[in-house]
Amino acid sequence: MSWISACKLDDIEQEGAIRFDHGGRTYAIYRGPDDSVYCTAGLCTHEAIHLADGLVMDFEVECPKHSGAFDYRTGEALRLPACENLKTYPAEVVDGEVRVALG
Amino acid sequence: MDGIVIIGAGECGTRAAFALREAGYSGSVTLVGAEPHLPYERPPLSKPMNGAVQMKLICATEALVAAGIGYLPGLSASKLDADAGTVTLSDGRVLSYEKLLLATGARPRRLACPGAERALDFRTHADAEAIFSNVAAGHRVAIIGGGLIGMELASVLRGKGVAVSVIEAAPKPLGRAVPQRFAEKLHARHVAEGVRFHLDRGVVAIGDEGVTLTDGSMVPADLVVSVIGVLPETALAEAAGLATGNGILTDTCLRTSAPNVFAAGDCAAVAQPGGGHIRYESWRNARTQAETAARNMAGAAEIFAAIPWFWSDQYDLGLQVAGLPQPGHQRVLRSAAGGELKFYLDDGRVVAAAGLGLGNSLAKEIKLAEMLIAAGVSPDPAALADPGVNLKTLLKNARAA
Repeated sequence: MSWISACKLDDIEQEGAIRFDHGGRTYAIYRGPDDSVYCTAGLCTHEAIHLADGLVMDFEVECPKHSGAFDYRTGEALRLPACENLKTYPAEVVDGEVRVALG
Repeated sequence: MDGIVIIGAGECGTRAAFALREAGYSGSVTLVGAEPHLPYERPPLSKPMNGAVQMKLICATEALVAAGIGYLPGLSASKLDADAGTVTLSDGRVLSYEKLLLATGARPRRLACPGAERALDFRTHADAEAIFSNVAAGHRVAIIGGGLIGMELASVLRGKGVAVSVIEAAPKPLGRAVPQRFAEKLHARHVAEGVRFHLDRGVVAIGDEGVTLTDGSMVPADLVVSVIGVLPETALAEAAGLATGNGILTDTCLRTSAPNVFAAGDCAAVAQPGGGHIRYESWRNARTQAETAARNMAGAAEIFAAIPWFWSDQYDLGLQVAGLPQPGHQRVLRSAAGGELKFYLDDGRVVAAAGLGLGNSLAKEIKLAEMLIAAGVSPDPAALADPGVNLKTLLKNARAA
């Protein structure tokens, strides 16, 4: 697994998300209410809408267009119209730096 | 008694069919759709990808089969006998029902002037194909109607290098559903993008050359699209003696005046707790009413109480409106990254919100506004106006209080 540096923890609001683009793909990186970090594929599985624009509440992110929702820790689709789970990637914080493993 | 029959396989009827299963209903479910395709989403019709009109299915055949939903495409209902509990389809077959859902939607309002038949509608996949397969850069399109659909179409066509004219009978475009401040901003953006507006003018005739207006001027056009609103599809209900007005009238639980017959989506005018009936035309409403109607058909007695919400994308701007802003409401403006938000307060309580900003940048705030509305929060207007005060904090404080 190769880790790459994505952003600083402080770049993400607590209970928030930001967009991260790498290698021609787009991802969303989340900071949970407990400051834990997670990474998922960036686009909703229902339509290609970026989840980083969605509302993060607790460990849930809601698609900004159609209100489909996912548990961003596991990628599980929680609410229609999203029915396909999101791909997730390992993420960690090292010295205030968020690192993700996208391999 | 033969299970549940749903007339109309748009977003509402299709969602209701699946929601019946989610509600535990185990009888037969028959979904009848007038169009030849599998049920599809309408919002993507105005967003062709690489020149082709998208056909984004709501569900695949396998999903219908797996849920045990009988789907009858290419058929409409020609007669409803509410006393007998039967509905006759356009191919002559008669279905008896235990419960019936009318999700018949709405049809485009048509112009009545000479040449009206030359104007294309913009409602179905076939309509979208007819428009987008006939336009190319340099063509001239006249759009009659400056509402949300007309303005969305204008933005897509400008993106393709098409010369666009918008003809609107009212003095301003987007007057009906969009807060004035945002309607003006969107109007200005269209002007900056080169859309020509012919406001405060009616249409006299449509001919080979284009559209003749009430002031005698002529808007030259290679293609004319008419988007002057929709009419609820009530003919079946009306002929069956159901109560109708601006839509099929229902009580707060989406029951029509006939026993065991429900209505939801664009065709339904739903009784409001404060009196009167309201009919909504939006993607979200089609789904939420479908879900309430399905649960009620499966035995619940839920009042439909969702907050209306819609969005509109024009150029790189996204408009979202939640709730029903009224002239008497106190307004609070809040600037946000990428745009601005407006809150509407009634006696201190947040009852509606609207936002206009880049792309989906305001979606989070509008969602939080919806939650503030649903929770009946009365925030300090100064805090609401302060971009430094997180709306999530306002919501959590109100919930904790």
